Amino acid sequence: MAVYIADGGEGTIVAKITGEIDHHTARWLRMDIDTAIQDRNPKKLLIDFSGVSFMDSSGVGLVMGRYKNMKERGGKVALTNMPDYIEKVMNLAGMDRLLNGR
Amino acid sequence: MKKPQNEMKMSFLSLSENERLARVAIGGFVSSKNPRIDELTDLKTAVSEAVTNCIVHAYRDTVGVIEMTARLTDDCVYIKIRDRGCGIEDVKKAMEPLYTTLPDEERSGLGFSVMESFTDSIAVKSRLGYGTTVVMTKKLRSKI
Ligand SMILES: Nc1ncnc2c1ncn2[C@@H]1O[C@H](COP(=O)(O)OP(=O)(O)OP(=O)(O)O)[C@@H](O)[C@H]1O
Ligand SMILES: [Mg+2]
Repeated sequence: MAVYIADGGEGTIVAKITGEIDHHTARWLRMDIDTAIQDRNPKKLLIDFSGVSFMDSSGVGLVMGRYKNMKERGGKVALTNMPDYIEKVMNLAGMDRLLNGR
Repeated sequence: MKKPQNEMKMSFLSLSENERLARVAIGGFVSSKNPRIDELTDLKTAVSEAVTNCIVHAYRDTVGVIEMTARLTDDCVYIKIRDRGCGIEDVKKAMEPLYTTLPDEERSGLGFSVMESFTDSIAVKSRLGYGTTVVMTKKLRSKI
C-alpha cells in the first residue's frame, strides 16, 4: 500500500493509491495525503484508484475525510479510475457523484 | 442449510493487520469452488467489514479474540464472525445506512450496508456486555 503524489497542473494534485484500502492501511494513506495537501495547498485533489486492489467502507471514510479537508480550504476532491467493485462501494454512500469531478 | 462439504474455524486477535488475514482466509476457503472474481470480491469485502467492526467497535480500547467459522455446501458459503466485546444496544439502528457511533474517526456508517448488499443474507445477534455475532450466507455461481 502506498500513495504517489504528482502535480496534475492548474492547482491540482493527483494522489495515486496502490494496494489495499482497509481500516489498517487507511490511517497511513490519510497521513500521506494530508501531508501533501498541507505542503502543496492544491485547489483540487484528484484521487486515482487505478492501482487499488481492494477497498471496503474504510475507503469511503478516507475519501469523505479528504473531502471535508479540501472543502474547508475552499478546494475540491475528484475520484478517477475506479474499478467496478470500488464504484459499487462508493455508490452505497452516494459518492459516485464525485466520480471524475462531476 | 444442506450438509457442509467443508468447514473451517479460526480465531485471531483484534489487531488491524488481521483484517487482511481474514480476507485471505475466506478467499482460500472458497477457492475450491472456483468462484467468479466479483463474488470473491463481494465476500472478502463483507468479511472485511464484519472483522473491522470487531476491531474498531467491539474491542475498542482492548485486544480480544475474533472467531470466524465458515462452511461450504454445493453452492453456498456460510460465514459466522463472532466477538465477545461490548455488544450493540440497538441492532436495528446500528444497521441503518450511514449510522455510526464513530464519525470523528472517519467511519462512514456503511459497514452493515456493505454486508447486506454484498451477500444474500445477514443476521446479527448482540447482547450488551457479551458481544456480537454476525452470520452471512452467499450463493456461489461457479464459473462454467
Ligand atoms: N461488533 C460490534 N460490536 C459493537 N458495536 C458494533 C459492532 N459492529 C457494529 N457496531 C456498531 O454499529 C455501528 C454501525 O456499524 P457499521 O459497520 O455499519 O458502521 P461503522 O463501523 O460505524 O462505519 P464503517 O463500517 O463505514 O467504517 C457502529 O458505529 C457501531 O456503533
Ligand atoms: Mg463498520
